[in-house]
Amino acid sequence: MAAKSTFRNMVLCLTAVCLLCGAVLGLVYAATYDAIEAASLKALQASIGQVLPEGGDLSEANHVEVGGQDYEYYLSTGDGKTLAYAVKSTVSSFGGPLTLMVGVLPDGTVYNTSVLSHTETPGLGAKCTTDAAFVGQWKNFPATKSLKLKKDGGDVDAITASTITSRAYTLAVANAVAVVKNLEGESVAVDAASGASAY
Amino acid sequence: MGKKISLILDGFVKNNPTFVLVLGMCPTLATTTSAMNGLSMGLATLFVLVLSNIAISAIAPMVPDKVHIPVYIVVIATFVTVLQLLMQAFVPSVYATLGLFIPLIVVNCIVLGRAEAFAGKNSVGASALDGIGVGLGFTASLVVIGLVREILGSGSAFGWKLFPGDGVLAFVMAPGAFLVLGYLMALFNKYLKK
Repeated sequence: MAAKSTFRNMVLCLTAVCLLCGAVLGLVYAATYDAIEAASLKALQASIGQVLPEGGDLSEANHVEVGGQDYEYYLSTGDGKTLAYAVKSTVSSFGGPLTLMVGVLPDGTVYNTSVLSHTETPGLGAKCTTDAAFVGQWKNFPATKSLKLKKDGGDVDAITASTITSRAYTLAVANAVAVVKNLEGESVAVDAASGASAY
Repeated sequence: MGKKISLILDGFVKNNPTFVLVLGMCPTLATTTSAMNGLSMGLATLFVLVLSNIAISAIAPMVPDKVHIPVYIVVIATFVTVLQLLMQAFVPSVYATLGLFIPLIVVNCIVLGRAEAFAGKNSVGASALDGIGVGLGFTASLVVIGLVREILGSGSAFGWKLFPGDGVLAFVMAPGAFLVLGYLMALFNKYLKK
């Protein structure tokens, strides 16, 4: 079936196949680049819209460094005042990085949260995007409550059988709140280390 | 004509990748937490399998024997990356749930296994049919495993709630995957494989 192997035809064959595959990949990458950018921008805007109160003008992306980590955030302003912040917060969780968009009011109240990307276990940790009780509790989470899981002495309900994901999620929210407090002029330390220590 | 149909049917029963060939166990165990996930993973693998079977059967006569494995892997990896880019662009929500497992199709034994065992020795047409058959067989197996695990573990089927409550959590986790796979494999071999 196959041709006899000589040094010359092996090199030629591998080179030709790699060049051809590289060209195909380059073409597909170029062809899908705009669509991929558009899809991720749409997901970003949808998540910002979801975590901020309605009304107010949204700013461009801003960056701030808190606790040695760079945070991207968006400001919603109206009547010359800051209405709310949307902070993109990434922590490491059970299955890899967990990135949230967290809407925070200037007084430290969590307005709402939304998951931008995660690699949690389907059916378990991945419930952090769907579990009604878990997702619902972030809506208007008051600044006076403690951003820790109940089993860690705080006020956050964990997802059943997904403590590590819940803990990482809570840390991401707490970091976002700390970022906002820093932006509002308070000096609050950010715990950049992950609460997830599974690996 | 009969031969073509039997090529496709072979993928379901005689060469069923999951229950008979026992190939591609990693995605089988990992992505079948729900019927929908199993279906998406099966179709993604089907796409890669058909295209790589076609491409490999076309180039196989020209490929020197000693380098055929690297050549096959490069071809398969190319199709997987193409699939990944297309999914990111057009079905971002499916990509978000399966993202982690798509690159792993490259090392899925089914794809390389069919390239070695079939596409390298047969015509383009027959290889395409073999890819469709084995791909559909894999998809069907993943859907069945996913459905059983979803019903027992989450109390729903394809996302539709069948009964209230959470079901037996173990079936969503790894132990349930092994249990369901083992029992289905036993049943399959007892009743279907003759």
